[in-house]
Amino acid sequence: MTGTHTELLGAVAIGGGWLAIGVLGLLRSHSTGWVGRALFPFGSLLGIALAAVGIIALAHGVETLILPIGLPELPFHLRLDALSAVFLVLLGATAAGVSIFAAGYFRPGEGTAPGLLGLQYHVFLASMLFVVLADDALSFMMAWESMALSSYFLVTSQHRLPEIRKAGYLYLLIAHLGAAAIVLSFGVMQGGSWQFTFEALRAAQLTPAWASMVFFLALFGFGAKAGIVPLHVWLPEAHPAAPSPVSALMSGVMLEIAVYGLLRVNLDLLQVQVWWWGLVTLGLGLLTALYGVLFAAVQTDMKRLLAYSSIENIGIIFIGLGLTLIFRSFHMPAFAALALAATLYHCLNHAFAKSLLFLGTGSVLHATGERNLGRLGGLIHRMPWVAWLALVGTLAIAGIPPFNGFVSEWLLLQSFLFTPFIPREFVNMLLPLGASGLTLAAALAAYLMVKFYGIVFLGQPREAKLAQSHDCGRLERLGLLWLASACVLLGIFPAQTLALIGQVGEELLGATTAPPLWHGLLFAPISPERAAYSPALFLLGIAVFVGLTMLIVRIAYHGRIRRAAPWVCGGFPLTPRMQDTSEGFSQPIRQIFEPFFRMRRELPSPFDAAPHYRVQIEDRIWHWLYVPVVVSVQWIARAAGMIQRGRISTYLLYSFVTLLVLLIWVL
Amino acid sequence: MGAVTLTAVLAQAAATVMAVLVAPLLLGWVNQCRAWLQNRSGPGILRPYRQIRKLFHKDAVIASNASPLFRLVPYVEFASMALAAAIIPTLWTGLPFAIAADTIALVGLFAMARLFLALAAMDIGTAFGSIGARREMLIGFLAEPALLMVFFTTSLIARSTSLPTIADGFAHQPFALFPSLAFASVAFVMVLLAENTRIPVDNPATHLELTMIHEATVLEYSARHLALIDWSAALKLFNYVCIGLALFLPWGLAESPANPAGLLLAAPALVLKLAVAGAGLALIETLNAKMRLFRAPEFLATAFLLAMLGLLVRLLLGS
Amino acid sequence: MASLPLELINTCAALLLLLSFAMLSQRRVLTQVDLYAAQGLVLSVSIFITAWSTHQLHLYFSCGLTLLLKVLVLPLILRRLIHRLDANWETETLLNMPSVLLIGLLLVMFAFVLAQPISELATTLTHGTLGIALAVVMLAFLMMITRRKAVSQVVGFLAMENGLLFAAASTTYGMPMAVELGVGLDVLVGMIILGIFLFHIREQFESLDLSHLESLKED
Repeated sequence: MTGTHTELLGAVAIGGGWLAIGVLGLLRSHSTGWVGRALFPFGSLLGIALAAVGIIALAHGVETLILPIGLPELPFHLRLDALSAVFLVLLGATAAGVSIFAAGYFRPGEGTAPGLLGLQYHVFLASMLFVVLADDALSFMMAWESMALSSYFLVTSQHRLPEIRKAGYLYLLIAHLGAAAIVLSFGVMQGGSWQFTFEALRAAQLTPAWASMVFFLALFGFGAKAGIVPLHVWLPEAHPAAPSPVSALMSGVMLEIAVYGLLRVNLDLLQVQVWWWGLVTLGLGLLTALYGVLFAAVQTDMKRLLAYSSIENIGIIFIGLGLTLIFRSFHMPAFAALALAATLYHCLNHAFAKSLLFLGTGSVLHATGERNLGRLGGLIHRMPWVAWLALVGTLAIAGIPPFNGFVSEWLLLQSFLFTPFIPREFVNMLLPLGASGLTLAAALAAYLMVKFYGIVFLGQPREAKLAQSHDCGRLERLGLLWLASACVLLGIFPAQTLALIGQVGEELLGATTAPPLWHGLLFAPISPERAAYSPALFLLGIAVFVGLTMLIVRIAYHGRIRRAAPWVCGGFPLTPRMQDTSEGFSQPIRQIFEPFFRMRRELPSPFDAAPHYRVQIEDRIWHWLYVPVVVSVQWIARAAGMIQRGRISTYLLYSFVTLLVLLIWVL
Repeated sequence: MGAVTLTAVLAQAAATVMAVLVAPLLLGWVNQCRAWLQNRSGPGILRPYRQIRKLFHKDAVIASNASPLFRLVPYVEFASMALAAAIIPTLWTGLPFAIAADTIALVGLFAMARLFLALAAMDIGTAFGSIGARREMLIGFLAEPALLMVFFTTSLIARSTSLPTIADGFAHQPFALFPSLAFASVAFVMVLLAENTRIPVDNPATHLELTMIHEATVLEYSARHLALIDWSAALKLFNYVCIGLALFLPWGLAESPANPAGLLLAAPALVLKLAVAGAGLALIETLNAKMRLFRAPEFLATAFLLAMLGLLVRLLLGS
Repeated sequence: MASLPLELINTCAALLLLLSFAMLSQRRVLTQVDLYAAQGLVLSVSIFITAWSTHQLHLYFSCGLTLLLKVLVLPLILRRLIHRLDANWETETLLNMPSVLLIGLLLVMFAFVLAQPISELATTLTHGTLGIALAVVMLAFLMMITRRKAVSQVVGFLAMENGLLFAAASTTYGMPMAVELGVGLDVLVGMIILGIFLFHIREQFESLDLSHLESLKED
């Protein structure tokens, strides 16, 4: 433990700074200029500072600090270790991009007053910061709850729309169920010592049965926040409801903070390990990934599509987490470190790429007023900045090399290749299924992203008004550019990133991945004979070949180009209605995976002059799980209503009978 | 993996250029064999070259609403296939550039090419373009897991995911039978047919737009752009055949170009293997009919299953 | 003993598994019969290799019997049956093909887990293949379950017996001669009885679709 607390103090100061910015916004709460143009850029700078603090902290050891606030018995304990530091970097760097975008994004006269929105936004950021730093259950839960509440207010910032109120209510409900489970899991974890600092929780001795209880409670609690199936239902409702910068933060950062909680509990606090925990996590992750990507592929609203895609990515993160737990429980720390690195890498990737895409949809929404994919199209001509930067995010989410999404998938597949060494028959057999499920999800993600990008940005504009749409402003561009370059850099320099992330494995598992080779150009986390991937060389190769081909074609032949009307196989007039709609594009998915969906279709008659095709797809889990729960709750409520008579004397009788029964029982 | 010397790099560059130049010949050979099997005299094996030359000489006509992405994609296609050719061992396994991408990254590279092609197809906003894009992606997401499982099987045997290392291990180890490789090879051939738009999944010679998969994505291209796309399709076929040869028939591969005796053996061996593989492809295409689009998932599910069985047999029998 | 026979037998085992899956996914009944014959051939080859490498005389006999019965006689009878019944196609399976194959894959894993403790007890060289033998039995069972047409079910029944024979050959170097003869005869007789059944079914319902049998149930 180091004597100085420089980094930790810095992080706390940044949290305080965010809170201060939020409060300052209230001074001129109705001025978009003051809150947006003046305060948000400061928040963005603080984000960059936080990322820097995180990176510095990764190089140093663990720091702890006790703040003299909170309960008299239990002051706030804070701690900054490698795991926290990685998530500080994630939070800071993403928040930097999102805040600077938000500075240009908020327009006057939309929903909540900008000052209030700014306060909620910065409280949200600061509470996520303190979740990551908390070192005792009380401060963790306080930060966690204020994160949930502030994000609830952000989701419902346009609370005049009934469906947004409904989405917010659902979000709040599931967030609180989750929080209750987390509190319970801390309660079980203390194991009779009634000490709630993480230090004490680490030292608690638990039997495997109680430890499994903790595991399941934590899985439920954090899983509800992260949106694993079947607790994902709030996510596609709440994320699209929020303003785009908030969706970006919720999808890009808050889901990862939930993953942080699970990592903290499973890898750090719980000392007992049971081997099937990993299998459960992995199975859930697989289910979530496939479910998320299939539903994402059939969405027609671009923000819902991205929300379901977030569910898929959380699934992939859970697959990595499950693999880490499996390797760890079989005492294979080196492989566990590899899987953990893949998990953390995917957290970072998803944070940057998904917030980039959410911000991109925000710009599109502002420029066109449309969220429905079926009314967009051809925006690459009108909004080149957004379109080209969103292409980076698209490729990253689709897992295309040399972008960052591919790196984590590569790492994850590499760690799957070590599962045959697990000394347990059944487990090492099931795992190829896991790997194939992962590849299927990744390949479907590519399908999905082609749909998203192709329909929004390519083709012809599907509505006449799209011709008036304009590109985003300077600050927004800056935000998008920041996140896109993070995607590119994480994609091209995985070895350097892994050298930093590897600290977490070092601290929690006592093992790390191999150091980078060749000045970091070659990425070989195990050994270069076993597996190597060099994105820099990859990119260089593509660039050189593209350049050479262009040059040779130009020199040897000519560069003449003639613009003409599209050929369309014989020149009948081309109308925008000829393009695939988003429903059309997902038709193969609906056909192949039909049993997964609950579909309602309206087919037009063949003689209809203006045919309209409608398909509505619903979540089966909603009908299987939630509707019965709602029905039974209503039934219980009605049953309880029977005793409500409305007469005072009846109520007094109830009280009296209760008193008598208690007295008799005491007797 | 070979040492990184200047000669090794130069030799690698030469091999890559050779692969790029030879690739249309393989396509010509497959088409010629197919013609012979169907009792036609055929256009001759140099036909793809003539086609490419003709296209290069023409003026490019581009739709007025095409974005810069549309013009960039043919070059990206060609570059990614050329990059793949630099990673796949054809004559020798000591490829210094192969560290850029292992088999998993190679799958990613093919995915990248496919994704860009699909995006370009959607760029003009025609009906056939978007149909082609979604079909191309459909085949892609079904074939990709199967291909990865094939690579997993071979990686488990060779304990490496680097393609030259795998091929090197298979080529120079004492003789052993691997039933798992038999499964993997059948799966690989099925993936090869699907990914290279061959019968029974797609018909490369069709002129009926509604049945097209790959062809529908490139309908709006002309002249040099079309030439590059055709050429990269030929190169893709060449790459896939060479991957198959390196994984399942690696005999005759030299270790490095520094050994002329090894090359003297490797070059005729490669020509022979390519000729046989091409004829085999033509035979498969002649014996089968193109299936309906929605039978393709079944076809590829079978490929995936075979690859999984290979993996299981490898895990369970250790062979 | 050299490892070559073991490798060959493993290859045969893998081929048997492959053929089982091919049968499972095949829609045409005649092709199924061909696949069944191929399975018999692979089986007899593997028994021959076992016999040759362990010098067990009775296995040669078993190999010959397999060859005669499963590659020649039974497929011949089946083919004739199919021609006479004019039942060469299976219109549809009960489940769609990819899900059937996926279930098959899970069954293979299950079979291996099941066979693990038993095959560790066996002393033979080829005990590792017991899992595959079990898987072949289960896949044949699955085929019988998922098909509608009676002829495919007969083929499934016969394929199941293949798996059993392979299990016996791989764990104990074959059953005693008398048992093997008996089983062979049983299969032959069973085949003939089933053939007669099929004719009766068709006479009764003018179809071989087994869903018609549901109408026999008393309400």
